[in-house]
Amino acid sequence: MTLPAPDYCISLFFLFLQVQLFSRNDPFPFTMIELIDIHKYFGDVKALTGVSLQVNPGSIHGIVGENGAGKTTLMKVLTGYIHRTSGSILLNNEEITLHTPMDAIQLGIGMLYQEPLDFLQLSVLDNFMAGNERFSPETMSRILEKLSKRFGFEMQPDTPLHLLTVGERQQLELMRLIHVGTRVLILDEPTTGISDEQQELLFSALRSLRDEGCAIILVSHKLDEVDALCDQVSIMRKGTIVGHQQQPFNRNAILQAMFDTLPQKETAPARHQGNKEILKFTHVCSSNGRSGLDRISVTITQGEVIGLAGLDGSGQTVFLRIAGKLLEPESGTLQRFAAEDNESDSTDSQTVFLPADRLNEGLIPGMSIREHLLLADETPLVIFPETGRQKAKQAIDKFSIIGTPDTAADGLSGGNQQRLLLALIPTQARLILMENPTRGLDVQSGNWTWQHLLDQMPDNGAMIFASPDLEEILDHASRVLVFFDGKILLDSATSDTDFDEISQAITGRIKACS
Amino acid sequence: MDVSVSVLAAGVAATSAPLIFAALGETLTEKAGVINLSLDGAILLSAMTGFVTAKATGSVWPGFAAAAVTGMTVAFVLSGIGIWLGQSQVAVGFALTFLCRDLAYFLGSPYSRTPGPQLLAVPIPVLADLPFIGPILFNHSQIVYASFALIPLLWYFMFNSRQGLILRSVGENPEGCWARGIPPKRTQTIYTALGGALIGLAGAAYSLAVKPGWGRPQGCEGIGWIALALVIFGGWHPLRVALGAYIFGMLQIAGILFQEIFPAIPSQIFQVAPFPLMIFALVIIHLSRNKKDTTGFRIIALLSGTPPMALGKTHEQE
Amino acid sequence: MLMKTIQQHDLTHLVIRFFCITGLGFGAVCLLLFTLHLSPITIAKSMGSGALSNWIRISHMLSIWTPLLLCSSGLLFTFRAGLWNIGIEGQMIIGAICTTAVLRLPQAENSHALFPALAMAAGLCGGGIWGMCAGILKNRGGVNEIFGGLGLNFVAQGIILWLIFGPWKRAGIASMSGTNLLPHALWLTSPAGWRVAPVALVLSCLAFLLTALLLGNTRFGLRLTAVGKNSKASRLFGIKPELIGLTAMMLGGGLAGLAGGLQVTGVYHRLIPAISSGYGYLGLLIVMLAGYRAAAIPCIALFFACLAAGSIQLPIMLQIDSSLSGVIQGACVLSALLVHGFQTKRRNT
Repeated sequence: MTLPAPDYCISLFFLFLQVQLFSRNDPFPFTMIELIDIHKYFGDVKALTGVSLQVNPGSIHGIVGENGAGKTTLMKVLTGYIHRTSGSILLNNEEITLHTPMDAIQLGIGMLYQEPLDFLQLSVLDNFMAGNERFSPETMSRILEKLSKRFGFEMQPDTPLHLLTVGERQQLELMRLIHVGTRVLILDEPTTGISDEQQELLFSALRSLRDEGCAIILVSHKLDEVDALCDQVSIMRKGTIVGHQQQPFNRNAILQAMFDTLPQKETAPARHQGNKEILKFTHVCSSNGRSGLDRISVTITQGEVIGLAGLDGSGQTVFLRIAGKLLEPESGTLQRFAAEDNESDSTDSQTVFLPADRLNEGLIPGMSIREHLLLADETPLVIFPETGRQKAKQAIDKFSIIGTPDTAADGLSGGNQQRLLLALIPTQARLILMENPTRGLDVQSGNWTWQHLLDQMPDNGAMIFASPDLEEILDHASRVLVFFDGKILLDSATSDTDFDEISQAITGRIKACS
Repeated sequence: MDVSVSVLAAGVAATSAPLIFAALGETLTEKAGVINLSLDGAILLSAMTGFVTAKATGSVWPGFAAAAVTGMTVAFVLSGIGIWLGQSQVAVGFALTFLCRDLAYFLGSPYSRTPGPQLLAVPIPVLADLPFIGPILFNHSQIVYASFALIPLLWYFMFNSRQGLILRSVGENPEGCWARGIPPKRTQTIYTALGGALIGLAGAAYSLAVKPGWGRPQGCEGIGWIALALVIFGGWHPLRVALGAYIFGMLQIAGILFQEIFPAIPSQIFQVAPFPLMIFALVIIHLSRNKKDTTGFRIIALLSGTPPMALGKTHEQE
Repeated sequence: MLMKTIQQHDLTHLVIRFFCITGLGFGAVCLLLFTLHLSPITIAKSMGSGALSNWIRISHMLSIWTPLLLCSSGLLFTFRAGLWNIGIEGQMIIGAICTTAVLRLPQAENSHALFPALAMAAGLCGGGIWGMCAGILKNRGGVNEIFGGLGLNFVAQGIILWLIFGPWKRAGIASMSGTNLLPHALWLTSPAGWRVAPVALVLSCLAFLLTALLLGNTRFGLRLTAVGKNSKASRLFGIKPELIGLTAMMLGGGLAGLAGGLQVTGVYHRLIPAISSGYGYLGLLIVMLAGYRAAAIPCIALFFACLAAGSIQLPIMLQIDSSLSGVIQGACVLSALLVHGFQTKRRNT
């Protein structure tokens, strides 16, 4: 055996070194990711049905769609956070397997989650380092400083994370992803709950990353930011992709694909309108939720059906919860019902709140339909197995619930859970507050729900509901309040406004009304 | 009295040693987001296995090893049913407490009140002769030295190593760890087991050093609950937990002192007094959190820590 | 898909679960005994005869069953509200102290017809207040009920020791054997050859039935269940979870206090430091093994009482430590958790 010449050895060594250095700096110089026919089922629920998508290096690809269209699920599949049911993912034309997020991280796929998945009680530096291969606070602190300078972010390494704003936590997470070598960057609704300046900083950071060859996926339902940032956009609806566009975008076409607009229907039937006040907010502020409430003043009178529109977390939920006295306003006053019948005891039983997360907030898992009805009604002091069974049977018939009086609430399907919630509304209720009343329901159940609600609504009461579905609001509400960032951006009778105006207001494109 | 201060301080250091092991073991476990409620029983069981093994082999070191393995086994049962099968960690820990306690008495009864090996003080040559500090710090058995060493070691591990950072992250947000490629359940299992080993060492420290011998009662009953309380008292921070353990040791020694000063008061009072005192301190710390506006309370609030956010919750990955 | 109803546990399911748990629990204990070269059958026989061979022994076993049933009933309330009432030992102790305090009043001896009843009521109230303390600490101070209860246990332990060695000490010497015996007239009487006072037996059965009725057949029980299963949603039904939780702690503490009082008047006839005998903690295990339901509690409590009573004979007859009963109890509860864990795991996948 002959030994290779020393200079040959040295050159081989340098070659090896070069390969090493090259691959460490830039493992996938031009990363292209392609999703082919992705399906994802959660039990019987089809979250994704055949999604195909290609994202090119050096571009920002927008994905838009209304709530529940499957955008977040698709992205979680791409990061290995959840497993796809079927379909394949190609990275630079090679099929990859993603069993855990670790696989995705090693391939250079990283995601900025909508709710930052970080560690609130640890310091900024700890958060920056968590999950890294090596532990070297000094070096990492320097890297953090360098990255912050590059993007124009400002943060102290020792600050505990819970003192940071959502926007700052996001900046930190972005820097961490860049540091661990992310070449395919996914952002899920990154601008919700952050300030305008932070948004500007984020956008310029994203642009500079794009220019370096990153493939960036921006999940959003704000068309403005998609307009400002993206090179192309895909529109998702009900678990599949319904359209693609290149810059410049046709906004109306996007909106139509997002919401699948039907011909304008006649607005809600005029109801008997009294001028008696049911609910009055005066300068109500709250810091709950992502955006809080910012000095909301609004008066709701008898006979009104109010639809609350807006992006998730723009203040609708907080508004409903304050109205339902589940939250206390931090400042400002709230008055329910007119002064003459304002006795706390009766007003409490006259108000009812139906939450969106039915099983976690509205119903009691492990308790039967009969027991729910017993609790909601005037509960008798003594209860026998037969008590309330007749009533439960009647309610099951009347509300077409598929189940028996002994069926547990968590054994019901989503639609039937909603029917049960409706059956729980006491007959004397005058103020009905609902969060997304048709969430997860098919068209038929949704129609049935509304028919029932409008039939049941007393003339001396009012109904307020939040919905991500503009059609639902236009169809059933007599008045619409559009929330944006904790403020009411549009307050109008549904007959005086239209689909376009509302959807523009949702994305923040109207100057605040006085 | 002046002469005895150093003797007393040495006593505090020695009696607190097992408590340091137990409380720091539980700190490690809880930092990873798992509650190991089985402490009281696990300490007894490992005290028994430690003593019996040491007696059988004639040497204390296999005893310590056996005790650590015992504590680890109990922790594995807890993590198996609690973390992987998703049952309430409190329920499993509680059942284990009593199972271990009775198992210790049952298996250990043939060895009850029999002589066995024990650790003796090993003065460190030069240092032990130092005035005042010498007898306090450098005239103890190895397990006491180990307890001194464990405190800074654990602190360093938790706050200055990659694994320590992973440990703290898992206790805060398992989902976040999962997203960053750290398997939360496996990590929790490992640290519960490590914490269990420390708890086991605490047991052996009793039966082979601090209260040598085995019997019913052994004398370390109730210590597990105190260790649990200490973790909260110390705000899940190893240094403060250790401080709490020394305060408790001091209260125990003070009990013996007061007994001599006030012979009229029954000695049993002084024996149990540290327990409620400790718990009361805890209550005050808790109450202080709700009233952060008054300055008097703010000082106490400084002492209080926040529990790991995911403590006791079972994480389901997908 | 089968729809989940609240009668999800059909008979076969229950039988399978029962055999799994007992098989696993007993199997483990038998294995342990085999490795120690002990015969499980001899031990079982000895324990059986120790608990059940004649009426004196049976009645002695029943005297253990009584406080176990009372404590488990009390714990049903707290578990139903989703609370871990570890403070039950302290509640029992305080109940015993309150009962003794009433019986030690100078007027007690003369009007004995009234005083035992009054003393029982005092025990009930004392335990209830002690339970409420833990509840208030939780609601107001944010102290987890496990640690609050634990602290209160130690406090109760301190109080009882102080009383026995201090103000209530036996004339001349204070010792762990407790206070002076109460006057005979104030004891709960039991017929000749009985080791258990019929009044105590009746009271605890009544308390259990009342608990089962209250939980299963009243508005309060329904609201308690709602709070325990989903306190957030219970608010929407106009329920105040804090108030319901406090009531549950009070009721649970009250029953434990009553158990403590009965130990004083019916069993020991004096106050001793170990008046609770760990029955409160045993009650926790019983309720866990019963799956937090009322139905199985009397049987499981009976089984536990048999183990406890039977094991007293073991050191004398077979030179085996009596803590074997605790090993069996613990093994059963742990295997119940294991079986339940596997079942939920299988259902989810």
